[in-house]
Amino acid sequence: MSGAYDIIVLGGDPNGLAASARLARAGRRVLVLERRDALGGATTSEELFPGFHFNTGWPDAGLLDAALVNKLDLASHGLDFSDIPVAAYALDSGITLWRDVLRTASELHEHSIPDAQAFVGYAQEAAQYAAILQRMARLEPPGLAHRPLRLLARWAGVALAARRLGPRGLMDFLRVLPMSAQHYLERHFQSEALKGVLAAASVSELMQGPRAAGTSFKLVYGQLAGDSGGYRSAQRVKGGLAALNRALASAAKGAGGDIRTGAQVQRILIENYRVAGVELAGGERIAARAILSTTSPEQTLLDWAGGPQLQPRDVRRLRNIKYQGSTATVHLALSGLPAFEAREEQLSGDIVLCPSPDYAERAYDAAKYGQLSAEPILIARIPSLLDSSLAPTGQHAMSVTVRYAPYQLRDGDWDQKRETLGDLVVKTLERYAPGLGQLVLHRKVITPLDYERDYGLPEGSFTHGQMGLDQLLTMRPIAGFAGYRAPIDGLYLGGDGAHPGGGVSGLPGYNAAGQLLREVR
Amino acid sequence: MPIPTAFHSRAAALCQTQEWRDWSGYLSAISYQPSHEFEYYAVRNAAGLIDVSPLYKYEISGPDASRLVDRIITRDVSQCAVGQVLYTPWCDENGKVIDDGTVTRLEAQRFRITAADPSLRWFQDSGFGLDTEVRDVSRELAALAIQGPSSRAVLQACLKEIDLDRLPYYHAAEAKLGEIPLTVTRTGYTGDLGYELWIAAEHAEMVWDRLMEAGAGYGLQPVGLAALDMLRVEAGLLLIDVDYSSVRSAHIESQTSSPYELGLGWAVDLEGADFVGKRALLGEKERGAPRSFVGLRVPWADLERLFGAMDLPPQVAGRASRSALPLYVGRRHVGQATSMLFSPILKEYIALATVDSRYARRGQTLEIEITVEYKRQRANATVSKLPFYNPPWKKAVVGG
Amino acid sequence: MANNYDAIIVGGGHNGLVNAAYLARAGWKVLVLEQRHVLGGAAVTEEVFPGFKFSVFSYVVSLLRPEIIRDLKLVKHGLTILPLESTITPLPDGDYIYRGADPHETFRNLSRFSTRDAEAYREYGHAMYHMAKAVKYILGIRPPDPTSLHPRELLQLLKLGRHFLSIGEEHLYTLVKLMTMSSADFLEEWFETDPLVATLSASGIIGTFLGPRSPGSAYVLLHHYMGEIDGVFRAWGFARGGTGAISESIANSARAFGAEIRTEARVAKLLTNNGRATGIVLENGDEYRADVVVSSLDPKLTFLKLADPDELPRELVEDILGFDTYGSSGKVNLALDSLPELAALPGGGAHMRGAISISPSVDYIERAYDQAKYGQFSEKPYIDIIFPSMIDPSMAPPGQHVMSCFVQYAPYQLATGDWDGQREAFGDAVVNTLAEYFPSIKERILHRQVLSPWDIERSIGLSGGNIFQGELSLSQLFFLRPAPGWTQYRTPIEGYYQCGSAVHPGGGITGAPGRLAALQILKDGKR
Repeated sequence: MSGAYDIIVLGGDPNGLAASARLARAGRRVLVLERRDALGGATTSEELFPGFHFNTGWPDAGLLDAALVNKLDLASHGLDFSDIPVAAYALDSGITLWRDVLRTASELHEHSIPDAQAFVGYAQEAAQYAAILQRMARLEPPGLAHRPLRLLARWAGVALAARRLGPRGLMDFLRVLPMSAQHYLERHFQSEALKGVLAAASVSELMQGPRAAGTSFKLVYGQLAGDSGGYRSAQRVKGGLAALNRALASAAKGAGGDIRTGAQVQRILIENYRVAGVELAGGERIAARAILSTTSPEQTLLDWAGGPQLQPRDVRRLRNIKYQGSTATVHLALSGLPAFEAREEQLSGDIVLCPSPDYAERAYDAAKYGQLSAEPILIARIPSLLDSSLAPTGQHAMSVTVRYAPYQLRDGDWDQKRETLGDLVVKTLERYAPGLGQLVLHRKVITPLDYERDYGLPEGSFTHGQMGLDQLLTMRPIAGFAGYRAPIDGLYLGGDGAHPGGGVSGLPGYNAAGQLLREVR
Repeated sequence: MPIPTAFHSRAAALCQTQEWRDWSGYLSAISYQPSHEFEYYAVRNAAGLIDVSPLYKYEISGPDASRLVDRIITRDVSQCAVGQVLYTPWCDENGKVIDDGTVTRLEAQRFRITAADPSLRWFQDSGFGLDTEVRDVSRELAALAIQGPSSRAVLQACLKEIDLDRLPYYHAAEAKLGEIPLTVTRTGYTGDLGYELWIAAEHAEMVWDRLMEAGAGYGLQPVGLAALDMLRVEAGLLLIDVDYSSVRSAHIESQTSSPYELGLGWAVDLEGADFVGKRALLGEKERGAPRSFVGLRVPWADLERLFGAMDLPPQVAGRASRSALPLYVGRRHVGQATSMLFSPILKEYIALATVDSRYARRGQTLEIEITVEYKRQRANATVSKLPFYNPPWKKAVVGG
Repeated sequence: MANNYDAIIVGGGHNGLVNAAYLARAGWKVLVLEQRHVLGGAAVTEEVFPGFKFSVFSYVVSLLRPEIIRDLKLVKHGLTILPLESTITPLPDGDYIYRGADPHETFRNLSRFSTRDAEAYREYGHAMYHMAKAVKYILGIRPPDPTSLHPRELLQLLKLGRHFLSIGEEHLYTLVKLMTMSSADFLEEWFETDPLVATLSASGIIGTFLGPRSPGSAYVLLHHYMGEIDGVFRAWGFARGGTGAISESIANSARAFGAEIRTEARVAKLLTNNGRATGIVLENGDEYRADVVVSSLDPKLTFLKLADPDELPRELVEDILGFDTYGSSGKVNLALDSLPELAALPGGGAHMRGAISISPSVDYIERAYDQAKYGQFSEKPYIDIIFPSMIDPSMAPPGQHVMSCFVQYAPYQLATGDWDGQREAFGDAVVNTLAEYFPSIKERILHRQVLSPWDIERSIGLSGGNIFQGELSLSQLFFLRPAPGWTQYRTPIEGYYQCGSAVHPGGGITGAPGRLAALQILKDGKR
C-alpha cells in the first residue's frame, strides 16, 4: 500500500470538495475519490442534450454557506451567481414572492389585505429564526456521551443569540419549529394560495405533508442562507452547478489536494477498530490515517465498512435511518419559453404549482400508499432565462421538480413508470402554459430510483435521510455518533446525512473536516 | 397458560405430585415423586431422564456460519472441530452477558445453539452483511437429558450404531435409535456423566419410551426441575435470572455482568476473531473485573450454633433456594449468595455467590445472612473452589 | 357570610375534585361548582338506558397518579380498579393478534406472525418501562420557563437536564425519538408485522388529530404508557362502577375533608377587583366570594369566557385563541341483549374482558385519518372496544351487556353538514364496522348512544370536544401548555388558577394537574 495520503475523502460532491479544501489548507495530504467521471454527485449540471445544460439533481446551491465561500475564497476560483429577483411565482393564483419582501407585500394587497400586512412580519420572523439555525448549522452537534466544554460554550453562544429574540420571541421560536407548516402558516395567513406556495417549500425533499409536525422547521431551514423572500434561499451558480464543483475543486487543488474521478471504492480497510485505508474496485489499496466520507451513512458503513465491522446496535440504527426519497425531476429542452401567464421576470425563480396546503397534503396522501401523486406539487425552474450559456439562443432548459414521487412504489416500479411521470408533468403544466408539449424538443425524467442508481442518493433521498425532527442535530446521522464521528475510529461522516443536513450548504463536509483536524493529528 | 412439551404425555403419566412449573411457557414437572430426593439420587447414583425441551434452540448455517458464530460468542470457533460442543456466554456491545448456552458444530458451516431466552433477533442482527441463515428450531426439536453414572449404559443399549465409550466430554454424534435419527451430545446440567438427545418433536415420545424401557434395569428415573436445580448448584453451573440477569432484562447497570464477573473468563478468547463486546472486554480484562463468581461453604458447626441458640436443629431447605442472601465482611456488604443448597451428597451447606473481587480469594471468610426463627443472624461462609462436586467419570473416556 | 370561601373550584371534573380535595385537606374552606347534575366531567358513569350504565366519555384508567390515590385515601372512599389484562386485535382475514397477561402466551401468539417481533415485543416493553420511568419525573414537576434567566428557573432547567442525562444514553435516544417521531415509524423500528404496528400505534392517535404516520404521535403513545397501577408501569384498568366511580371517590374524599360540592351550578363569570380574583357569579345571579378561584375548565373557557379577555395580556389571549382544541374522537355506547361473538375468536374468554381494538393495519387507520383531515368522519374508523359489563357485571342487567366504543376519527368540523345531521350516519358507520368483526352485533343492540365532538362539547363543556382539553402536540406541551409563561397553574389575574388537563402534564384521568395546581396554590398561600 502506498502511504502518500493522510486523509482520503470519499465523494467528490461539494461536501467532499469543501472538506478536502479545508483539510488541504490545514496542511494535510488529502485525496478525494469520486465514483463518477464528473464531480458533484447529485449537485451538478450536465449537458443532457446538445447545447442544453441542466442542474440534474439539486436545482441550485440554495443554502451554500457564505462564510465557507469566503474562507475558501471561491470567488477567486471562479464562483459567480446570477441575481434572481423572484423567489417564487405561483401558478394558478399568480402570486409572486419577490426577494424584496416589501414588494411582495404591496402586491399581495390585491389578494388579501390582512395577508399583505402579515407577510412582512412573517418574513422577518422567519429570517430571524433562519439566522439562528444558520449559527447552529455551522457547529457540530454535541453528543450525549461526548460534549467537550469548547463545544458547549459555542452552543451556549447560540442560545444567547436566540435570547435576543426576547422571551416572547424565544418562546415562539421553540414553539414554531416543531409545528406543522400548515399550523404555522395558518397563524399568519388566510389566503390558501399564499399558504400553498409556502407549504410547497416546507415539504421540499420530505416524504411528509404540510400537516406533519416539524415541517415549519423545514420551511425555516430552507431560508438558512438568507435572502429568501420568506420562501427559500436560492443561489443560482452561473454556468450551472458544475461550476460550483470546479471552483471548489480548484480551491482544493490549489491547496495541494488530489482528486481522482472514476474511482469506485470497494471497501474501507479497517485494522483494530481503526481505518487503515480504502480498497478500490480494481484491487488497488490506498492507505490513510483517516477517512471522511460524504456518501450516505448506509453506503459508507454498511456497504464499505461492512456489517461485521459494526456493532449490531449500530447496524440496527443505520438500517432505521429513514431515507424515503420522494423527489423526481423532469428536464425539458424547449424550443421556446413556455406561455405561462406571467412576465418573463416573474418566471426567473421557482415556478410553483401548489394552490393550497390541502393540495400538498392530498399529493402526500397518495405517496403514503406508494403511489405517484396524480396532482403533484410541481416546482419548475428555467435557469436559462438568466444564464444564456445554459441553452441555445431563444431556447430554454426547464427543470421541473415533482413531489411526491415515492421511491417505493406499490404497483410496478420506476423503470415502468418513468415516462408516465414525464407525461403527467407536461400535461399538468400545459394547463398553465398551453402548447408546452409542442415546445418539448427533448425530455429526461429522473426518478428516485435513478437518483439512487446513477447519483448515489440512498432511496433517492436528496438529503441522505429525511430531515424530520427525529433525524436532526444529535440524532443525525445516527444516535450516538453525532459530531461527524462514525462507529469506527478515524472514520468521519461529512455528507448531507450528517448535521446540518441537505441543501448544498457544504457545511456537513466543511464541519466534519474541522472535527477531523481536531481529532486526528 | 403453559403448553405441553413433546414429552408431556409421558411426563404427565409419571408425575405423581402434579407439581408443574412454567418454564419458558412450557409445562415442566418440578418433581415426579413425593420426594424429589429420590430423583436427585437417581442422577448421582444411577441415571435420570430430564425433559429439557423448553430450551430455545437455533440452527445457524450458510457459507459464513462460522463467522457469525464467532461474532456472537466469546469463544473462538476455530478451536471447535466438527462434532465438538462449546459452552459459552455471549455479550452485548458493552461486554455484558446476554445469555449462555452450548454451541454444537454439526458441520463445518452448520451449528446448533441452545439459549435460555429467545435469541433469534439477536443472532440474525449480529449477522448483518454475512451470508447465513438463522433458524429457530425450538419447537421442532425436542430435547431430553439422560444423566448419571449409568446413563452411558442405558443409552448405549438403545443406540446400537455408535460407540458411546468413544464420545468424549463436550462432543456430539449423529445416531439412530431404531429408525429415529437424533443428535447425541455429551453435555448436561448436572455435573455428572450425562448426555443430551436432540430429536425431532414427532419422535419424542418413542425415544422416551425406549429409554425408560432400557433403563428399567439400571434404576433410570424421570427427574424434575427441583432435583435438577440441586444438581446444577453442586456442579457450579449458572442459572440465568437466578445467579445473574441478562443485560436485556436488567433494569440498572449494577444488575448486568461481564463474563469475567460470572467466572467465565476462561470462555472469553481475546486472541481469536472479533466478537460483539470484545472491545469492551479487552478493557475490562486490563482493569480487572470488580466482582467475581464464587462458591461458598457454610460450616455446619456455625448453623448448629445459630439454631442451637434457639433450641432447634439446623433447618436447611430441602430444595435449592433461589432467594438471594446478602454477604458481609464486617459491616461492609460485599455481595450476595444467589443459589443455596444443603448438598445431600456432600452433606454441606453450599452456595453460589457474586462477591466483590477483593473478597473472592479462595479461603476468604465472609458472613452470610441466615434467618433463624424470623430473626436475621449471620453465619460464616468460606469462599471455595467450583464445582463443589466433580466426579472423575464426568469427563472420562472409557475406551480411549 | 355563608357565601364566603377560601377557594372556589369551577368544574367538578376529576381534576377540579382532586384540586378541591387537596385544598380541603389543607384546611381550606372549599366550594366546588359543577354545571351538570352529575360530578366527574368526562369521568362520569350514567345510566343512559334503564339498567345499563356507561362510562359515558372516558372509559379506562391507568394514568391516575398513585400518590393521589394515597393522599386522598381514595380506596377508603370507594375506588376499586379492576385489571384490564389483554388486547385483542381482530384482523379482516379472520385471524387475530392477542396480547395478554401471560408473556409466554403473548410470545407464542406474536410468533405466529413473526418470531422476531415476539422477541422484540419483550425488549420493547422493557424500553417503554424505562421511558415511563424517565417521564414520571416530568409528570411530577412544574415546567421551568426556558426563556427566563431567574436563578430558580435556571436551577429547575439544570435539574431537568441532569435528569435526562441520568437516564442513560441509549434510553435518552429512545426518548428523543418518542418526542419527535410518528408512532408507526417508531414502532416499525421494532416490529415487522404490520397489524402489530397498527394496533400498538393506535395508542399514539387516541384523542388527537394525528394519524399513525404523523410525527408527534409517538409522544402520545408514550403518554399512554405513563400509567401506573400498584407501581407497575403501563398497566390499564377499569374502575368498578365505571369512571364515574373514580370521580365519586374523589368527591367523597373532598367532602370528607370538608369541601362543599354543588351540582347544577353553572358559573357565568369570574369576579375580579383590581386584577385580583374575588369570586364568581352563577348564571342565576348568585355570587360566591373567595380570594382563590380555580378553573378546571379548558383554557378557552378559563381565559376567554370565565375571565374577561380585556383583563388579560393581549399575547395570552392570542395564544389561547390559537390553542388547538380540535376534537377528533367520538363515542358509541351500546346496550346489548347478550354478548356478541367475536368472529376471530368466538366465545367469552379472557379476551372479552380486555380491550378489543379495531386497528387491522397502519393503512387502515391512516386512511381513516385522511378522511378526517378533509372534514369527514371515518367510514371505517379505528375503534377501541371494551365490554365493561364483562369486567364489572353490575354495569348491565344479568346476562345483558354494555359495549363501549371509542371511535376515531370524528372531526369537530365537518366539511358538509353538521353533527346534528350526521350523528346517526356516524353511528351507522361504527356499527357497520363492528359488524365485520362481530357478525351478530346488529341483532344484539337494544339501545345506542352516539356522541360526536359536538355532543362532548355541549354536554360536558370541553371546547372542540377535545378529550385532552387541547392537542398533545409538541407545540402544546410542557412549558408551552397551555400558553408560554402561564404553565404554572397561575394566570395573570391574581388568585385565579387553572387546574385542567390543558395544563402540564396533560390529559387522561391522571388528576396530576389538579394536584400540582393545589400544591402551587397552597405554596402561594391564602391572602
